[in-house]
Amino acid sequence: MLEITDLTKQFFGLTAVDRITTRFERGQVSAIIGPNGAGKTTFFNLVAGTHPPTSGRIVFNGKDVTGLRPDHVARLGIARTFQTTHLFENATVLDNLIVGHRLRTQSGLWDVLVNSRRLQGEERLCREKAREALDFVGLSHVANRIAADITQEERKRVAFALALATDPELLLLDEPAGGVNPEETVGLAALIRKLVDHGKTVCLIEHKMDMIMRLADKIVVLNNGAKIAEGTPAEVRRDPHVIEAYLGTEHGAEHAAV
Amino acid sequence: MRWLEGKTGWALLALVALLFPLFAQNNYLISVATQTFIMAIAALGLNLITGYTGQFNLAHGAFMAVGAYTVGILTVDHQVPFWIAFLLAGCVTALLGYFVGLLSLRLKGHYFSIFTLCVSYIMFLLIEKWESLTHGPVGIMGIPAPTGIGPLQFGTPLSQYYLVLAFLVLGIWIMARIVRSLLGRSFMAVRNSDELAEALGIDLMRTKTLSFVLSVVYAGFAGALYAGQVRFLGPDLASEVVTFDLVMFVLVGGVGTLLGPLVGTVLVTYLTQSLQFLQDYRMVVFGPLLIALIIFMPDGLVGTWLKRRARRADAQASAAKDAAGATATPIAPAKEGRSHA
Repeated sequence: MLEITDLTKQFFGLTAVDRITTRFERGQVSAIIGPNGAGKTTFFNLVAGTHPPTSGRIVFNGKDVTGLRPDHVARLGIARTFQTTHLFENATVLDNLIVGHRLRTQSGLWDVLVNSRRLQGEERLCREKAREALDFVGLSHVANRIAADITQEERKRVAFALALATDPELLLLDEPAGGVNPEETVGLAALIRKLVDHGKTVCLIEHKMDMIMRLADKIVVLNNGAKIAEGTPAEVRRDPHVIEAYLGTEHGAEHAAV
Repeated sequence: MRWLEGKTGWALLALVALLFPLFAQNNYLISVATQTFIMAIAALGLNLITGYTGQFNLAHGAFMAVGAYTVGILTVDHQVPFWIAFLLAGCVTALLGYFVGLLSLRLKGHYFSIFTLCVSYIMFLLIEKWESLTHGPVGIMGIPAPTGIGPLQFGTPLSQYYLVLAFLVLGIWIMARIVRSLLGRSFMAVRNSDELAEALGIDLMRTKTLSFVLSVVYAGFAGALYAGQVRFLGPDLASEVVTFDLVMFVLVGGVGTLLGPLVGTVLVTYLTQSLQFLQDYRMVVFGPLLIALIIFMPDGLVGTWLKRRARRADAQASAAKDAAGATATPIAPAKEGRSHA
């Protein structure tokens, strides 16, 4: 589904992502792990179009998407979540989600001024999509709550719902379980499974090893911007490079302890 | 209070505005009210780009001046009929806004504000120095009042009041359409986080430019009405003071609310008028009031009220289905003020 060839990103001579080649298969959960500063989020930024890569190619569903703008990438079916989700705090959760399906609609200023039939239809569609997405992530009961008043875990789920409302094929989740407690992490892992069961493909960045080992079909390990290992959780766990990256440095020791 | 909300509230507001001249009985008050409405139209526009789209534009007053000068120059120096000049004022500000927007919206946050402040100053200097076009510091005098449309004549303060009121109602109505539509939701998505908006497939530059152009068109038409009402224009209209006044109106009323700009404009103008006897000392009263408002009501009057209402509605809803009982304790919101507004 997503093929990445020799992807490289340099910021003023510093190589953040170093000739990564990998592929993510349809209907799988792929995880990207690595110590802090390994280039995981930069990798996501390249795939999602936030930064253009210095070199390399990104092919999504057979189409070259290298260097496309984020909004184009989103329209092609790649959705992403961020480590922190900025919601409009004064509006309800449902209101926050309606814009998620905007990219599949056509209405412009003229439709707004004359309140065209197309606009009415599209607004209904967006509202339905938002409700569907909220039901899917199990948050229909907070639909009318003010976004400022929901919990961190609910916020993570809202971020999923927002991504889902764009009708994506591939979801890039940046630390979907960051900052939530262990029980809630299990719930979020189940939700990610559910996404895959419903035909989505997921690629995620996460530090929580328990969760990754249980959830991922494939793990890509990055260190200093380069891919050092790739495979099933069992393979990665045995890989000497991974053990060295995680345990061989003081920095890695913290993570292994998590 | 519930009956005050929605259509009834708006109708009541319109009724008060319609009946105001009956109680005012005084041409001075009526023309002050007319100018207040003109400023409210401009504030409505500023609220679109600043309140709804999160781009703090500090050139708004200058665009109002551009609209006013377009009418002034065309009617006085070129004998163009008022209403044609009026329409052209909208076109000129839209066109200028498009190019200024394209340039300035590449910048984000404070950089955008600083850039637009500079644009505003450049426009002020152009108006002040380009004497052959704008009459320089002397200003433009003898601008004709809006010509009559059919049986309607706009020579008297009273008729001008109703003319401006009609435009204000139209402006609010169009703004309501915009902000409640998918288009408005795109604007708000950009305000919340342009990174997230872009990841949701929203074309940032196009969305922001559209909002900018729409907002300055409001300023342009407000300026055009101003020219027809005050009948005299000086370069001071393009000074940053006008922009800061508009910003204050929007802040007091409520950034990013439909009614906010109107409430803020009317309230602040009323206050400044009633503190007139203090002359410049009125700022001593006014400054602390404004600071207190920003600290205690960062959402403005209307914003605070709306938020409280939404909370109450949700509390009632969850009390109704209390059976679940497992409502999670809401965490304290990190910061409720908006970074760009």
